[in-house]
Amino acid sequence: MSRLPTGGRIDRSRPLQFSFDGRQLEGFAGDTLASALLANGVTVVGRGTKYHRPRGILTAGPEEPNALVEIDRGGGRREPNTRATMQPLFDGLVARSQNRFPSLRFDAAALAGLAAPLLPAGFYYKTFLSPRGWHHLWEPVLRRLAGLGRAPDAPDPDRYANRYAHCDVLVVGAGPAGLAAALAAAETGERVILCDEQAEPGGWLLSDPQESIDGQPAWTWLDDAVATLRAHPRVRVLTSTTAFHYGLQNFLALAEILPEGSRLRERLWQIRAKRVVLATGAIERKLLFHGNDRPGAMFASAARTWLNRYAVLPGRRAVLAASHDSGWQSVFQLQDAGAEIAAIVDWRAAPPPPLLEEAARRGIEVLAGHGVTALPDGMLAMPRAADGTLIRNRTRTLFCDLVLMAGGWTPTVHLFSQSRGRLRWDDAADAFLPGEPAQNVVCIGACRGTDDLAACIAEGQAAGAGTSLPPRVQRAGGLAVRAAVTGADGRSFVDPQNDVTADDIRLAVREGFRSIEHVKRYTTTGMATDQGKIANMVGLAVVADTLERAIPEVGITTFRGPYTPVSFGTLAGRHRGVLFEPIRTPPLHDWAAAQGAVFEPVGLWQRARYFPRPGEDMQAAVARECRAVRGAAGIFDASTLGKIEVVGPDATTFLERIYVNALANLAPGRCRYALLLREDGCIADDGIIGRLAADRFHVTTTTGGAASVLHMMEDYLQTEWPDLRVWLTSTTEHWGVIAVQGPRSGEVIAPLVEGIDLAALPPMGVACCTVAGIGARLFSVGFTGERGFEINVPAGHAPAVWQAVLQAGAPHGITPYGTEAMHVLRAERGYIIVGQETDGTVTPDDVGLGRLIGKKKADFIGKRSLDRPDMRTTGRRQLVGLLPIDATVPEEGAQLVIAPGSATPLGHITSAYASPTLGRPIALGLLQSGRVRIGTSVFALGSTGTAAPVKVVSPMFTQPAGEGENG
Amino acid sequence: MAETIIETLPPGTRLALRAAPEPAARLSGAFGVVLPPPLLTAAHGGKRAALRLGPDDILLLAEEGAAASLLQALAAVPGAGPVSLTDISHGQIALRITGPQAGELLNEGCPLDLDPATFPPGACTRTLFGKAGIVLWRTGAAVFHVEVARSFAPYLRALLDEAAADLA
Repeated sequence: MSRLPTGGRIDRSRPLQFSFDGRQLEGFAGDTLASALLANGVTVVGRGTKYHRPRGILTAGPEEPNALVEIDRGGGRREPNTRATMQPLFDGLVARSQNRFPSLRFDAAALAGLAAPLLPAGFYYKTFLSPRGWHHLWEPVLRRLAGLGRAPDAPDPDRYANRYAHCDVLVVGAGPAGLAAALAAAETGERVILCDEQAEPGGWLLSDPQESIDGQPAWTWLDDAVATLRAHPRVRVLTSTTAFHYGLQNFLALAEILPEGSRLRERLWQIRAKRVVLATGAIERKLLFHGNDRPGAMFASAARTWLNRYAVLPGRRAVLAASHDSGWQSVFQLQDAGAEIAAIVDWRAAPPPPLLEEAARRGIEVLAGHGVTALPDGMLAMPRAADGTLIRNRTRTLFCDLVLMAGGWTPTVHLFSQSRGRLRWDDAADAFLPGEPAQNVVCIGACRGTDDLAACIAEGQAAGAGTSLPPRVQRAGGLAVRAAVTGADGRSFVDPQNDVTADDIRLAVREGFRSIEHVKRYTTTGMATDQGKIANMVGLAVVADTLERAIPEVGITTFRGPYTPVSFGTLAGRHRGVLFEPIRTPPLHDWAAAQGAVFEPVGLWQRARYFPRPGEDMQAAVARECRAVRGAAGIFDASTLGKIEVVGPDATTFLERIYVNALANLAPGRCRYALLLREDGCIADDGIIGRLAADRFHVTTTTGGAASVLHMMEDYLQTEWPDLRVWLTSTTEHWGVIAVQGPRSGEVIAPLVEGIDLAALPPMGVACCTVAGIGARLFSVGFTGERGFEINVPAGHAPAVWQAVLQAGAPHGITPYGTEAMHVLRAERGYIIVGQETDGTVTPDDVGLGRLIGKKKADFIGKRSLDRPDMRTTGRRQLVGLLPIDATVPEEGAQLVIAPGSATPLGHITSAYASPTLGRPIALGLLQSGRVRIGTSVFALGSTGTAAPVKVVSPMFTQPAGEGENG
Repeated sequence: MAETIIETLPPGTRLALRAAPEPAARLSGAFGVVLPPPLLTAAHGGKRAALRLGPDDILLLAEEGAAASLLQALAAVPGAGPVSLTDISHGQIALRITGPQAGELLNEGCPLDLDPATFPPGACTRTLFGKAGIVLWRTGAAVFHVEVARSFAPYLRALLDEAAADLA
């Protein structure tokens, strides 16, 4: 056990049981999985992607590239690639290592570094660009070797939530700077949200209790600050919450992970902040030396976190490999906690005298101007030559089980960069620092390059109060990262998860890659799940060093969200299962469902497709429904049709400009079938325009076009013709629409209609009356080619009116029919369905509806386009009827050709049905010069390659029942 | 924390009034509420309310069954000028959400700032909840009135119920 008897922020009164690869282990509340593993002496937690070398826990934070495990919470709750450093321990946690075969300790792929020489930089590109067939050989091998974890295969049973929030100040990062900012902002009375990715606020203070703030011990100040903020009514503190995306206008997305056992697993926060304070800290840099990926090699800062926050001694005998001051303090604290320090190996020839004095006082040997390389059970220290290489004839063997790396710090500027703020290279900080912001955002503390605690607090206070920041304060220093990588051993790992070495990057540069973006993609450095948090700066330094250029000349790759991985569940929220999208049902849905109707989705609507009787299949049911409409009467729920009330003195002018039809001569009480085009002259929608009064129209649209047509109308009204006095109101959902169709439809409804003389209502008429005692708008229209009516009644009354019509129609054999019969009936008559016979390239004339265009109108949407030569050419595809000669229903979408062997399509089949009326299959299609071809035959190419002859006929398969064109 | 209560309100009369401020004002007497209220606020008296959702876009709410008589009365106002009045009573369903966490519940799916300082009692607007368009009217410090299109009501209610269960 490596757990110290006292100290840390763990709760020793709450022991927790967990398992790792089947081993039962114990930790405490307040542990992460990583700290609990270390406390149990588990040091190998995974294997590298490419070479399968064993890997240990490198960091103590979100940047962890190695300790990625599968967490199984039971019941299908299996998540791969969880960072053990970010996973709070809970009782019963089951964790498994990944990417090992057959076991973590013995991995077949790692034997003798099997894959190592075979997978150089750019391997994937080279393989997949090489001669055909080569990748087939490699792909199965790569698939097994590459990638991490197993995707869960069961539906996720957890619940995820969403929350929108607004605040005056959003502080990202609850380290000392962020806490100070939140406190200062709260004092001004502003609404404050403070978030931190860790389960506990405090940031680096949690790892550094020796510090003091305002004369108080750090942890006393921290506890007070957190208590003050949590108690403040205008402050919200979100822990285990990662701000992962920074969008425009200070709109940030945060992923909150709720404690194990909560009702919710995660919550997506979408926050609009007046100003944003980024106190996102910094991530330590690794050093390049052979063996820097081995278990036992970890960041010096991580060791301090294990020690102080979790009371875990991560090793017994440590070597510090440092190019920066900051690591020395970690070693001193480890020594105080009982670890032996084998030596401090500093790349620099002359580390700062105060550090040297302290090391001397402690009796720690310092090897300045040295580097290290791995031995099986320790490190070999050697002097660094001027070119950075190690001088191999003067070695010192350092036995150790822990190697701390202190390569300096990379400020966490991800969110600032996502906010479109500019980064600027700073030589003193040896890092890219936040430069000119693009939004109302300030960066404070370590992400600004400040490393002094008092200065962090001062910056936080200024940022929270909204005053200007004091100058950046930097106390520690080190060897520049570019100098530190010069001469580094080629086997040093730059990206430990993607297994990219210094030599891989040098090879990429030798092969001609110059842009850091290209080197990144070619070598995959920085493309692991940590997204370059470990590798990018060091890799950049290797590129700069190889090219002999300065780092800012090489540039930096773009920071893109998410900052750390976000689960799909969080992004989907509640929009899954039945809540994935609204399921809209018309007012007669419940009746249809009770009748056993089969439904089909039409956009978001569920519509009754047919009403099978016992023993009937779809074809039989549809045939029966069609025959009923043709022979007597059918009843159909048409409520989903879009409806728009167009009212105002200029309503006629407006509609004449919108639709192709002439409407000025439409008398009140009459309807007209109308077409709506886009600017390009192609059909956008169709519907019925009914005139109720001089200044009031009832306009219908297709079911799918309801929203878009209203939107298009409003768009023209508000932007093109704001002078017109006309208003649009959607009445789609107000009216339930009961279509009664068939030769006996008039007889069916006659006893129910009051207030008008039904016999006097002409075809294509509209009247206000009552039907079954309910105020109604009665249209004598239909979409079947039969005498018919559409009864519009307030939706809440539709079921009662429907029942009354059914009752009145029973003696006449009234039959409910669904959308499928409706499609067949209209096709028999040659009526188009927008979106089926039209596809955005079809003009009114193409479908034989050119006569609807008001010839004398000055203008309407699409008019100019119709005059283009292309729109008037004779070779356009035109709507025709098609009669299959072999009596099978052809496939919708089948291409039409002149001869079976022809490869030149002349058009395609748009609709095809078995016609009960004609007792044979019929189809509609768009065919080049179709009207001229009537009487000839063409061939329909099926998806199986068959070519079936079809006869070209008029699309009007049946004769109308003596009425005008309608729809 | 007290529970958040979601109720489906009984049917009522809804008229879509589209009118410039001056013609709208002439209808005040016939409707019984001073029209038009300031932009994005509601005026109410008795069982009637007017929600100003846009410059010329006013939603009139009244007791159930009043549509026909109201349409007649409003149309009869002399010199009202060109306006559009349309009965949409059956096109929408109303919900009431009550409780100290009502705003938080609504922010599950509504992206607006519902802090009482920015969206005080009396405020109203068209907005979204999840994938449904709604009209949101804050009738009290902890009470919201929601209007939603008829066919979206089951979706909205299910989403609210699930979110409310997680608030508790």
